[in-house]
Amino acid sequence: MRIFGLNRRIIRVLLGSQYAHMLEYRAEIALWALSGVLPFVMLSVWSGSDARSGLGLDGVALDRYFLSAFLVRQFSVVWVVYAFEEDALLGRLSPYLLQPLHPLWRYVAAHLGEQLTRLPFAALIAAVFFAVQPQAFWLPSFGGFLMAWLATWMAFAIAFLFQSLIAALCFWSEKASALERLQFIPFLFLSGLLAPLTAFPPAVRAVAEWTPFPYLIDFPARVLAGQPVDLLAGFGAQLAWIALLLPMVLLLWRAGVRRYSAMGA
Amino acid sequence: MGRYWRTLRRFWGTAVAVQLEYQANVLIELLAMAMSLSGSLLLLSLFYGPDQTLGGWSWAQALMVQGLYTVFDGMATTWLRPNLGAIVTHVREGTLDFVLLKPIDSQFWLSLRTLSPAGLPEIGLGLGLLAWGSHQAGVVVSLPALFAVLVMLIAGGLILYSLWFLIAATSIWFVKTWNATEVLRALLASGRYPLSAYPPTLRLLFTFVLPVAFLTTVPAQVLLGEAAVPMLLAGLALALMFFAIARTFWLFALRFYTSASS
Repeated sequence: MRIFGLNRRIIRVLLGSQYAHMLEYRAEIALWALSGVLPFVMLSVWSGSDARSGLGLDGVALDRYFLSAFLVRQFSVVWVVYAFEEDALLGRLSPYLLQPLHPLWRYVAAHLGEQLTRLPFAALIAAVFFAVQPQAFWLPSFGGFLMAWLATWMAFAIAFLFQSLIAALCFWSEKASALERLQFIPFLFLSGLLAPLTAFPPAVRAVAEWTPFPYLIDFPARVLAGQPVDLLAGFGAQLAWIALLLPMVLLLWRAGVRRYSAMGA
Repeated sequence: MGRYWRTLRRFWGTAVAVQLEYQANVLIELLAMAMSLSGSLLLLSLFYGPDQTLGGWSWAQALMVQGLYTVFDGMATTWLRPNLGAIVTHVREGTLDFVLLKPIDSQFWLSLRTLSPAGLPEIGLGLGLLAWGSHQAGVVVSLPALFAVLVMLIAGGLILYSLWFLIAATSIWFVKTWNATEVLRALLASGRYPLSAYPPTLRLLFTFVLPVAFLTTVPAQVLLGEAAVPMLLAGLALALMFFAIARTFWLFALRFYTSASS
């Protein structure tokens, strides 16, 4: 069975080759993992702040929240826009489009390969964190871990679709990476990466919950940290965003490819 | 000296002329700046309930720190990112050869070749925020203090530049160090908040290893009349030291440079 040109054999080859490719750049990926330290910087400010009580996270819960936010971010980072822009600019896209495989699958495989390469570095950073803060150590229950894993994976799917939508705009304009930058700013502040959503004034929080951003970090991180969350509402919102974005991405890509004429043509 | 000055004027004149061709980019940059600043202020406000403080700093004082951070962020956008980001590309594509052949100092060329005016409004906004915060904090501005702040801003700029250049120069060995500067940026973001908001170990790190403290906290303290002369001298000494290290390292790295094809 083929879904947009994908079958089991192609999946295996794609994942295998992309993983091998990513392993080549292990040092680079380690540095990328390290550049995600922002949640830890924020954690240290929050820990010393009087405003901490307003977060609804006491004791080690805050440590666990920010560590979870770090981990979720590590496994939901998406860079389709940049990869796609480069491929389009250098003319690599044209042969991809001729293949019977939807080009987006190639990027999906690259991201999954990268996540696999990132795993040991993320685990190492988590281990260092626990060495410094031994009292914060916890192991989620198996069920909880599965839920968190699923939520993180859905967060990745939303981020991927969202960026693919922006990338598809590359067919019309060269400003896609600027647009990506513009969406990154609200992501940074509203996703829960810098402050848990409970810290925001109720009005801001209500607005934020209508955007996809809290479901990218805050919701999966809370599940992973083992805090009481409304699982049904969270997964529901994640599914709704996927259901909304997926057809948009596919339509925009189809329209874009029809419009596409390689560089210089 | 005169030749360097003339070259610089040509560099920046053409860079500005090129940028002005893309007016949509200016709009996008302005929008990004406005969004980013409102986000930062929102985040900062979360730390402040009624009459609370962050590491002993009042809201107005913390705004001064935020303003200084914005100035340096704008400085990075205008000056550091376009120039030092290009070093990696030069190494990868072998165009560094052409730079080295030019009858001008290579570090000068690489560090000051271009200018992106997109960050200038951010610098202005940061200075505005600094002025407003100082006013709210009841700072009485004296001429010596103003002069000291200016010197500290230059020293901070020099520290930031040297760190960034040092990392970019390692691309002679590692070719792709673009993401190492990302690590630096993530750590520099810690300069948004006064140093005293951090736990003691991080304070040491941000003062001596990665001297973020001298970029934002110390200049704000100077304006508030809290910084002592030794602190100012330490900042200056660090700036000169970092610059000397960056310079020496660059000359050292060049000895290992074999162009892309060989």
